[in-house]
Amino acid sequence: MLGLNKKDTSLLIIVALLTLLAPFILNPFPEGSAMAQFNAGYPDLMQRFVIFGIFAIGFNILFGLTGYLSFGHAAFLGVGSYSAVWMFKLLSYNVIPAIALSVVVAGVFSLLIGFVSLRRSGIYFSILTLAFAQMSFALAYSVLSNPKFNLTNGETGLQVYADDPQILQGANAPDLPHLFGLPMRATYTMDVGAWSFDFNAGYYLCAVIMMVVFYLAIRIFRSPFGMMLRAVKSNQQRMNYTGLNSKPYTLAAFVISGMYAGLAGGLMAAMDPLAGAERMQWTASGEVVLMTILGGTGTLIGPVLGAGFIKYFENIFSKINDNVLHSWFAFLPDGLEDAVVFLIHPFIGKGWHLTLGILFMLVVIYLPGGLVEGGQRLLNRLKRKKTDADDAPSGKTEPAE
Amino acid sequence: MDAILLQILNGLDKGSAYALIALGLTLIFGTLGVVNFAHGALFMIGAFCAVTLQKVFNLSFQTIDETQTDFLGNPLKVETPYVEAWFGPELGATIIDWSVPLAILFAIPIMLLVGYVMERGLIKHFYKRPHADQILVTFGLAIVLQEIVKYFFGANPIQTPPPDVLSGSVDLGTMIGFDPNAIIYPIWRLVYFGFALAIIGAVFSFLQFTTFGMVVRAGMADRETVGLLGINIDRRFTIMFGIAAAVAGLAGVMYGPLNPPNYHMGMDFLVLSFVVVVVGGMGSLPGAVLAGFLLGILESFASTTWATTTIPGINQIIIYLVAIIVLLTRPRGLMGRKGVMED
Repeated sequence: MLGLNKKDTSLLIIVALLTLLAPFILNPFPEGSAMAQFNAGYPDLMQRFVIFGIFAIGFNILFGLTGYLSFGHAAFLGVGSYSAVWMFKLLSYNVIPAIALSVVVAGVFSLLIGFVSLRRSGIYFSILTLAFAQMSFALAYSVLSNPKFNLTNGETGLQVYADDPQILQGANAPDLPHLFGLPMRATYTMDVGAWSFDFNAGYYLCAVIMMVVFYLAIRIFRSPFGMMLRAVKSNQQRMNYTGLNSKPYTLAAFVISGMYAGLAGGLMAAMDPLAGAERMQWTASGEVVLMTILGGTGTLIGPVLGAGFIKYFENIFSKINDNVLHSWFAFLPDGLEDAVVFLIHPFIGKGWHLTLGILFMLVVIYLPGGLVEGGQRLLNRLKRKKTDADDAPSGKTEPAE
Repeated sequence: MDAILLQILNGLDKGSAYALIALGLTLIFGTLGVVNFAHGALFMIGAFCAVTLQKVFNLSFQTIDETQTDFLGNPLKVETPYVEAWFGPELGATIIDWSVPLAILFAIPIMLLVGYVMERGLIKHFYKRPHADQILVTFGLAIVLQEIVKYFFGANPIQTPPPDVLSGSVDLGTMIGFDPNAIIYPIWRLVYFGFALAIIGAVFSFLQFTTFGMVVRAGMADRETVGLLGINIDRRFTIMFGIAAAVAGLAGVMYGPLNPPNYHMGMDFLVLSFVVVVVGGMGSLPGAVLAGFLLGILESFASTTWATTTIPGINQIIIYLVAIIVLLTRPRGLMGRKGVMED
């Protein structure tokens, strides 16, 4: 289907089903029950899942395929956000031109940065992208917000004011981001028994866009262009010796991933018409690196999983507090309960970053392929157990891995 | 003339911090070939050694002083730090006053230990893995370290004042023949600069004039051959890692009075220090020191009103701008050697 082989088609269908049915899947617990706080099916969080999913898919096209580790991708996301908000300010609250402009501007911006940064590789490339991103952050934060030439509105963040031109804004159009009149915040709540499910217009826009870009990513992975990028990763020197100039390929990958980041930034602004410089800081770039590695570098589904995983647990862990822990471990004897709560305390609530850091280190050390590799290993082990049981009578020994 | 001198002086303290951190980074890179993203965290841990020591010195017990009363007429509770009780009020007060310089003694063993444990426990397993993996794992470690510090010390900056004698400013201008009040300079910055020079001198002479340093230098040039000569080079490199950690830590200890330490100070310095290392030339120790001071001074010149009115915000981006230009025109940096990280 759509020029994909059977395996990829089923992968795409699974992703499509998961994203479309997310309001159900993420709300497994009835409203008002003790477990309801683990529901993640509210619009804001679901939007973040798919938006960061898009960001991570794009990052993976660069890092996963070519092996170039960029530490400055958040700059493109920030640029995308800024251009989208400018579109809201100048044209209208319709999200289509905003998203289109954010992709284009991020593409141009990444072409510039990529052209310079890709002259070096390895660690130098990482540092160059880091330097560019920090420079963009500094520019957005202070330089470009001077009264004469206010492009970013500095610390306050760029937002739409009542006296902005908005030349195409119709008289009846809603006064917040909308898609031809359908506001992004429109939410239809369906109550089924004790459960309630939210269907949010903004989320579905993001979800549809994510499916499209996911499809594009599959096509890129399977194309000759994707093969070329993998060849760059495995041995660039040899590529050069065969007389092939790999620069256009890596640059194309860089620009594509920059456009993905711009798209994510544009969507972020479309969901909430505000753009701040902190989106460009290098810790934000670090976050997408974490997502991609955690999910599985170079795999199709990995980055999406990683983004969902990090955003979900960020949300859940931040909500758990000592009282919740006490209620969980109430079955333990008092002293032990306190001890357990005391031990877990640093890792929850505000300590989520600590948990994330430790988790990330464990993944890098023991599971370089991320969650996807973990899943595969688990499957293999299960399968092997089965075959082992079948083979046992014949006394065959399998070589250790 | 005096304005120029003032800007140079202003750049020295930041330049010293950059130079010390970059020196440690280069030591680690030159010996072990590891790109250490957790180096900023080591700087931060050093600063928090000073914070800890200050807190320990200020631990106190309460006594009820019958002779004094508070405004309600109750006997006044007096807090006496243990140090004052043990060493007498005067010596005790001096010890508390000098807690930041004293923290140097406290920080050296701790940082050596932290560096040693880090190398043996984590970095060792990453020599054969790609540079990207080394960056990632040390980045993770940096997050973990800074979150641990945040858990124990909170997110707010903590004041670590310098000793009374060394706080305040000195009129440097009059000493060298300028008008009075032309160059007023905080004493602690001078102290920091002198301290940085001392540390840099110590590291260089250690490498240059001791047998240990000679072996390490040989190992940096050709690790395998030194290993074949029957020298346990890995052990020495581990110790060098500890020393690099100690250099970063000491830079942090003394930096506290300039800028109150907070848990993410390391990250802020790390990015800039990497830039410094790259400008200086990957793997070149003198290059790192030189670039550290140069960039610090450059940053201070870019912060003058003249510069910021000509190009607004130039002080924020000058270092990155220079780094990008240097990387593109002189790929090896100012003093980089041929063959080190050429790709």
